Amino acid sequence: MIAAVGLAALALSPAFAEEITIATVNNQDMVIMQEHSSVWEQKTGNTINWLVLEENVLRQRVTTDISTNGGQFDIITIGSYEAPIWGKNGWLLPVEDLGTQYDYADIFETVRKGLSVDGKIFALPFYAESSMTYYRRDLFEKAGISMPNQPTYSQVAEFAAKIHDPDNKVYGICLRGKPGSGENMVPIMTSVNTHGGKWFDMTWNPQINGEAWHKAVNLYVDLLNKYGPPGVTSNGYNETRALFASGNCGMWIDATVAAGYLFDPAESKVADTVAFTKAPVADVPNGAALQWAWALAIPKSSIKTEVAKSFMAWATSKEYIREVGEKKGWILIPPGTRKSTYDLAEYQKVAPFANFVKDAILSADPTNPSKDPVPYTGITYASIPEYQSIGTEVGQQIAAALTGQQTVAQALAAGQAFTEKTMEQSGYLKK
Amino acid sequence: MEKRGTSSSTVLNFIAGWAAVILLIFPIIWMFLTSFKTEIDALSPEASLIFQPTLDNYRTVLARSNYLTFALNSVYTSVAATLLALLVGFPAAYSMAFLPTAKTRQTLLWILSTKMMPPVGVLVPIYILYRDMGLIDSHLGLILLFMFANLPIVVWMLYSFFRDIPRDILEAARIDGAGLWEEFRYVLIPLSGPALASTALLSIILCWNEAFWSINLTTTKAATLAAFIATYSAPQGLFWAKLSAAAVLAIAPVLVMGWIGQRHLVRGLTFGAVK
Amino acid sequence: MNSTSSAVQHGIAQMESSTRAESIGPKTYLVAPSVAVLLVWITVPTVMTFWFSFQHYNLVNTAGREFIGFANYLYFFSSSSLTIAALNSIYVVLGVIAITVCLGIGLVLLLDRDFTGARIARVLAISPFFVMPTVAALIWKNLLLDPVNGLLATVLGLVGLPAVDWFGTFPMFSIIVIIAWQWIGFSTLILLTALQSLDHELKEAAAMDGAGAFATFRFIVLPHLARPIGIIVMIETIFLLSVFAEIFVTTSGGPGLASTNLSFLIYVQALLRFDVGLASTGGVISIILANVVAYFLAKTVSRSLEI
Repeated sequence: MIAAVGLAALALSPAFAEEITIATVNNQDMVIMQEHSSVWEQKTGNTINWLVLEENVLRQRVTTDISTNGGQFDIITIGSYEAPIWGKNGWLLPVEDLGTQYDYADIFETVRKGLSVDGKIFALPFYAESSMTYYRRDLFEKAGISMPNQPTYSQVAEFAAKIHDPDNKVYGICLRGKPGSGENMVPIMTSVNTHGGKWFDMTWNPQINGEAWHKAVNLYVDLLNKYGPPGVTSNGYNETRALFASGNCGMWIDATVAAGYLFDPAESKVADTVAFTKAPVADVPNGAALQWAWALAIPKSSIKTEVAKSFMAWATSKEYIREVGEKKGWILIPPGTRKSTYDLAEYQKVAPFANFVKDAILSADPTNPSKDPVPYTGITYASIPEYQSIGTEVGQQIAAALTGQQTVAQALAAGQAFTEKTMEQSGYLKK
Repeated sequence: MEKRGTSSSTVLNFIAGWAAVILLIFPIIWMFLTSFKTEIDALSPEASLIFQPTLDNYRTVLARSNYLTFALNSVYTSVAATLLALLVGFPAAYSMAFLPTAKTRQTLLWILSTKMMPPVGVLVPIYILYRDMGLIDSHLGLILLFMFANLPIVVWMLYSFFRDIPRDILEAARIDGAGLWEEFRYVLIPLSGPALASTALLSIILCWNEAFWSINLTTTKAATLAAFIATYSAPQGLFWAKLSAAAVLAIAPVLVMGWIGQRHLVRGLTFGAVK
Repeated sequence: MNSTSSAVQHGIAQMESSTRAESIGPKTYLVAPSVAVLLVWITVPTVMTFWFSFQHYNLVNTAGREFIGFANYLYFFSSSSLTIAALNSIYVVLGVIAITVCLGIGLVLLLDRDFTGARIARVLAISPFFVMPTVAALIWKNLLLDPVNGLLATVLGLVGLPAVDWFGTFPMFSIIVIIAWQWIGFSTLILLTALQSLDHELKEAAAMDGAGAFATFRFIVLPHLARPIGIIVMIETIFLLSVFAEIFVTTSGGPGLASTNLSFLIYVQALLRFDVGLASTGGVISIILANVVAYFLAKTVSRSLEI
């Protein structure tokens, strides 16, 4: 009798403590989420096991697990690239049923759409970003130049030449150079897009050997060889950010999310001299600035979906953003996901870049990343499973061109050949 | 050159010997120093030796990850895997050393050649097998892999050691009517003390430093210090000082163990090289 | 030696008191566990790898698996990356062996002498071998070799030399240096043990006979070290063919393919492209290669080691 009552109570009690496992990236915003999650644990009685890894390692770990149905994770951290593909593969649980309190309408539509397939949302955005041009006001003043609202790429080259001062370890421009689909291909693709180039035409023919690619990649290689720091091919996003933060770069075109740290005197030597403006353009405005979101999703293999949903609803909510602002500092809140974030007076006060970033995110359109229509979505990626492989290969080829092992023409020809082969193998193109 | 006792050559030996060693371990010293700097100082090697030491990096790292769990997992998996490998490898080495056949050489080299395969080539098959056996993120799973990975080296080290033992000793024992167990228990094991110690030490070091499997097959329960380091290897922002602190924490136990055990390592780690 | 022989006597005495006496049977069952364990460990994944190598099997593509015959093999052999990667694997082995043996000998000649704190110095010299490969690579890449804020760049700057982009300009060389640094600890350990077993009196006698330092080294020390050097060559070959962490952390195999070895080539297929079919093909090729190397080792080094 007692046992039966106990059992019934157990079954009825929604607050039965569970243990969930969350895999995430070691980015600052996620580290704050990890620190702050004790609040949720206390509120619900559940506990969290965290797996925090650097981005590349995490992607391997999570992809291996989800594709083999390994069942290790209840919540995973994925990006705009994975969410729609994995959702389509049936690997993720749709997360549309969190109730009115969650306020889906408050999430920026462009971000929400990027994480959805056929109108169903598969991942909840944690923070979103676009790109912009960071520059050093002091160096520009000293050189007697001023940064326009949106520079062109030729102006960028001009400015870089004027402020380049390698003897004092100040380099005209820093860009990512480490080969990888999520590394050097990011600044390269925004430049290719605005020069009018694209990955594929409407019938999936690779366009890497096209004129726009030649222009953009030659420009990239020239800029970095003439005005870049030494060792560019080892610099990914993190290394480049550290370089800018330590005062070694005159300009840097990269993710908006870096602003929070570059303006933070504890993290940056240039907090009082850094300034920003729009990402540069060349021929067309399409795809000149990236758009990317980090999001939380539940793998199909998870058996603790209710608890997982409860955590995700909390960690991507308005309330979470407010709590982080109050407890950790307003400049550290995860940006770019919700309209309400930009109504917070406290945030506006400490973050001079807030509205600028919002506009950049809203104006970047991943469904329309190039001059001509394309069959894929994504500004710095193409939303097909094969992209990782293609981006990695083309990135390697361009890195080899950057160090002078081959010419840009050779690199692009090799990238084109590889991509054609891959697309044939996967059946997009007829052999 | 070889005039012993003259003070000038002693001084010279002292300077040359220590200069070489300090140069060699300089990266470790530098890492240690950096772990006590602020992130900003870490980026200014000009301020290399004069800086305000801080424990902040250690505080941050210890607050963010449960270091003790990682460290205990490292200890547990490497010790257990080593014991298992010794248990399996000891009889094999015995038999190959004392009762060689025409096939022994091939067998030994084949065993060794298994170490030359890149593990990443079999990751997916292993992951699928482990998933079906429920071994992902388990101590047992990691212990088995570490054992497999170190068995070749364990067998070879013990084999080299055994080969230097005069056969007469074992034969004498056999004539006296000792069975295999007695032979092991009263002759071989007492004789192999240093060899077992150094083999165990080397195997533990290799397990401790293994990163590929521990990162790819663990999640949170069985994650070792190699996975702990992967949390700090390329975070956003300035990270040199925090990385150094995490690195010091990850290598300190095995470094200290290596220093203490070095005498044993030297005695047994000869692979029969010293006759 | 004294203690050993007394241990043996003690052991034999114990045995004499033992009443059980068994006949000595065939000992295959002693090797069996070891070989069986390794066979299972090798066979099951190898068979799966072999099987996958004939399939189009991409983890991120749910279209399913498909038998495609030798297409994966053709892909590998038709691209130049395989040759480059195989050569890079060999460069790593040769480069690291050359550095660790030469510098190792130099170092132990210094450490073998008597000086204050020599014993502590010898212990410390082995330290690099205890450092995790990932940690070693991270420290070298960032703190030491970074061309802007790294220590080496600063030191070069002080003497007026320009910064060097180590991983961009000399990727293979830089990786070999990092790996060699770790393995110098190992070669020092082996060589020092060997050298200390060499009779000092022998050296002194040679010196008294009028042999110069070089002659002593050439005709007495070096021959004595031949065997330990053989050991170093063998062990390092075995471990270094599958080097991975150092490349992953520093250059990601680039620029281009400049620092891609076989391990990294397979990694790119398996975990960047998630192409299990191609990765398995690479795995099969590397298994074959490992056996070829084992064969050569058997013909050369191990013969002189009297294995």
